[in-house]
Amino acid sequence: MTDPIITPEIIADHGITPEEFERIKGVLGREPNFTELGIFSVMWSEHCSYKNSKPVLKTFPTKGPQILVGAGEENAGVTDIGDGWAISFKIESHNHPSAVEPFQGAATGVGGILRDIFTMGARPILNMNSLRFGPIDGDDETARRNKRLFAGVVGGIAHYGNCVGVPTIGGEVYFDESYEGNPLLNALCLGLLRHEQIARGAAKGTGNPVFYVGPATGRDGLAGAAFASRELTEESHEDRPAVQVGDPFMEKLVLEAVLELLQTDAVVGIQDMGAAGLTCSTCETASRAGTGIEIDLALVPQREPGMTPYEIMLSESQERMLVIVQKGREAEVQRIFDKWDLPSAEIGFVTDTGLMRVKNHGKVVAEIPAAKLANDAPVYYREAKEPSYFAKTRAWKISDLPPLNDPQKVLPELLASPSVASKNWVYRQYDHMVQTRTVVCPGSDAAVVRLKLSSPPAKDRYLAITTDCNGTYCYLDPYTGGAIAVAEACRNIVCSGGRPLAATDNLNFGNPMKPEIFFQVLKAAEGISKACRTFKTPITGGNVSFYNESPTGAIDPTPVIGMVGIIDDIAHITTQWFKNHGDVIILAGNAVDTADPYLGLGGSEYAKRLHHVKAGLPPRIDLPTEKKLQDAVLALIRDGKIKSAHDCSEGGLAVTLAECCISKHPGRNTSALIGAKADLSAFASGTRLDALLFGEAQSRIVLSVAKENADAVVAKLKSQGVPAAVIGTVGGAALEIKAGKTACKWSVADLYDGWWYSIARKMA
Amino acid sequence: MKFGIIQFPGSNCDLDKLWVLRDVLKQEARYIWHKDTDIGDLDCIVVPGGFSYGDYLRTGAIARFSPVMKAVADHAAKGKLVIGICNGFQILCEAGLLPGALLRNRSLQFRCEHVFIRIETQKSPFTCLACGNQIMRIPVAHGEGCYFADPATIAEMKKNNEILFRYVDARGRVVDTASPNGSVENIAGICNKARNVCGMMPHPERASEDELGGADGRIVWESILNHLGGVERVHESVLAGGR
Repeated sequence: MTDPIITPEIIADHGITPEEFERIKGVLGREPNFTELGIFSVMWSEHCSYKNSKPVLKTFPTKGPQILVGAGEENAGVTDIGDGWAISFKIESHNHPSAVEPFQGAATGVGGILRDIFTMGARPILNMNSLRFGPIDGDDETARRNKRLFAGVVGGIAHYGNCVGVPTIGGEVYFDESYEGNPLLNALCLGLLRHEQIARGAAKGTGNPVFYVGPATGRDGLAGAAFASRELTEESHEDRPAVQVGDPFMEKLVLEAVLELLQTDAVVGIQDMGAAGLTCSTCETASRAGTGIEIDLALVPQREPGMTPYEIMLSESQERMLVIVQKGREAEVQRIFDKWDLPSAEIGFVTDTGLMRVKNHGKVVAEIPAAKLANDAPVYYREAKEPSYFAKTRAWKISDLPPLNDPQKVLPELLASPSVASKNWVYRQYDHMVQTRTVVCPGSDAAVVRLKLSSPPAKDRYLAITTDCNGTYCYLDPYTGGAIAVAEACRNIVCSGGRPLAATDNLNFGNPMKPEIFFQVLKAAEGISKACRTFKTPITGGNVSFYNESPTGAIDPTPVIGMVGIIDDIAHITTQWFKNHGDVIILAGNAVDTADPYLGLGGSEYAKRLHHVKAGLPPRIDLPTEKKLQDAVLALIRDGKIKSAHDCSEGGLAVTLAECCISKHPGRNTSALIGAKADLSAFASGTRLDALLFGEAQSRIVLSVAKENADAVVAKLKSQGVPAAVIGTVGGAALEIKAGKTACKWSVADLYDGWWYSIARKMA
Repeated sequence: MKFGIIQFPGSNCDLDKLWVLRDVLKQEARYIWHKDTDIGDLDCIVVPGGFSYGDYLRTGAIARFSPVMKAVADHAAKGKLVIGICNGFQILCEAGLLPGALLRNRSLQFRCEHVFIRIETQKSPFTCLACGNQIMRIPVAHGEGCYFADPATIAEMKKNNEILFRYVDARGRVVDTASPNGSVENIAGICNKARNVCGMMPHPERASEDELGGADGRIVWESILNHLGGVERVHESVLAGGR
């Protein structure tokens, strides 16, 4: 088979602009051949090169005493957690594949992020995911399609994560029209390792052999990275060959073999073949080491005959690794591959030429300077322009919202809203307990795992982890939305008893070539940076996903934050649900933010769900205020004064109180309900009832404490400059909320039923 | 006591078993590689959960042909103890060491949650320390845990008192909704006629430390230890609600 002649059409089909083509010619000093053009197209795609986002990513705080391997240096960052131990974690998107083939798209998303982590030498100990879909209410064609995507993505995550034996311990799911046709799947993985175990993706040492490990290369996933860097269209389903097929069993074998391999010192460098497969792994490892690499494609295991060099280099067949081995240690390495029955092949060697030289049966088919290919993609400073929709969303006034007459009906409706409702339909499909680390299962503010660093009864240590982002807030004001994503993530960690340590980000946006989209990117990043600096949580790495647009438009900007915190002592672990009758409920923070012209109702679930309004400005966030609140609450938790802590977020104070009453779940079909009486009358005068009950003002935490500690806790909070008030007591079989003349009473059993089963009923 | 934990390619609860036996219960425990034919001297073999051989074809269908399974059968034939948990239960059924089979969950979905099970008899090495029909709160995590055997086999099993655990509600009643998978007669775990081979879908190793929200599962390990060496109960099992 002869390669096609390179025409302007072929260049355009590869997503390469005429200017980029000139740049390629400059790198090579000649015209590229077809294989080389394909190689450049994937390496210089947004997915691999971050060419449109680099200037933005540079603004993130990435340094700190806890950072051992920083963002962008390797496949994933590494963060110190003390005593010679470290964690490596990262979040990554697989949005486009999930839109086209939800089950495999999601499954391979999980597979990819797992490989990024164990490639660092870390044993993966948990997975999380952040998902977005179009609404699943009703039964029209659109809702049915959204449900199918939702079920497929969740099924794919379960299929892969469960089999590999890494618990999927939590995450978040939101439903909104903007994700119709372009759902989001962001998968996070975290691994545990010793400092001395950190593995590097560098092809060092001229003459060292290069091994290929894992299943044979096929035509699946051809140029997936390039596919991910385009908008989705009506014809995108024809791109299904660009979606890979995952084999979690193979991944498990590769995982165990790699970790065993890294226990020896026979490995010089290692990298997974993820996006852009063999292309990316060879040129990046050579580039990091400042060396060259030479491979012969004839030696690469191939699933079918007749594959061209172009196809082999661009294939994204899953579960493959590139391993650079110390010369003379080949047999040792081979023994480990054989033990795990893994296909492997020696496909080349490290050179000192600085070139990535690809041969096929001895004939050179591509020859490119490795470092230039890996690093010299053009960097674009895109134009940013304030979105014109702001004029419309900001013309809306809170007075346009009709007054709330019947809160009695509103609370159950909000609790049953799929974005607020219990996600048990999702996490019951994930093995969230394998590895026997899970101390707080999904369903509280953050999941908590133990590290099992030493045998009992010696003291262990714990991690709290959460992902957060409210896309509606980001749509209405990207800066505030970005800052809130970080603040809320930290708040969730604090409510669980942890101190926030470090973060990973997944920037999901539309097409960055559009100035209004790039404005969203810039502003959201600014908010994230500012907040990360406030909370001293550096970004350890992450992922950018652009072109999230369907024929109906761009998604709401969704910069997802994954946040990890450390819990020093088991006694500090705190859950969100109320514990004992007679305990006192305290609100830390202001009930209503009077400085907010929208009183916390802009972009709220209440405004969206009850009034179909997505307008105004999101709740304000004052970062120093937030930091004070978190520091004060964490100190009280560490002092043993707090029985439960729950962050106030979507649905506001009323939903938060309800969740405190109904979210403890001991077992199948078994709830552990507890009532509460709250009196908000002190805050009711001069404000709107809807804002008080359902407004989403930031920097608020609902606490419960033993009666005898209540006064001291309130006093302590106030002394730290945190507004605090006793708002009620725990007990009974109903949730009662009084606010001035309004008094409501809900049976907690009814609230529970609507909240717990909402998604299952919609998916039935 | 000496425990051996089999590692098939795709096993993923092997580490958890080693942890609970060696680090929590301070017993002698080691892995057995699936290619091994000589397993040495062991008191109890544990066949762990996971996705052996990817569970391709059918759960446990390939694992039963692993070289080590001959040694497991010999060990069992000598009357020594074997316990298979989750995928291990599926493998023991496929290998013919236990009656019946495990089918796809009735929901057609994977299920991971805490369930309640009732110990149906104390007359087995795996339940001998139970207090009557004790109820345990314990996690399950499986896609194919729906136990099935034909009515004649079930009748025979009942006659021989081979049903060790049933899914129940929190109050201990055998009701249809208590089962996460649709098992016949809510069966969660069984033993063979000789009573030395046990299979169960729930994971006692995930409920053996208070830190994990309850230690009801320890009754299984402690029963085994008691049977093997007359160890007294070392832990007061509680029906707790979790953290």
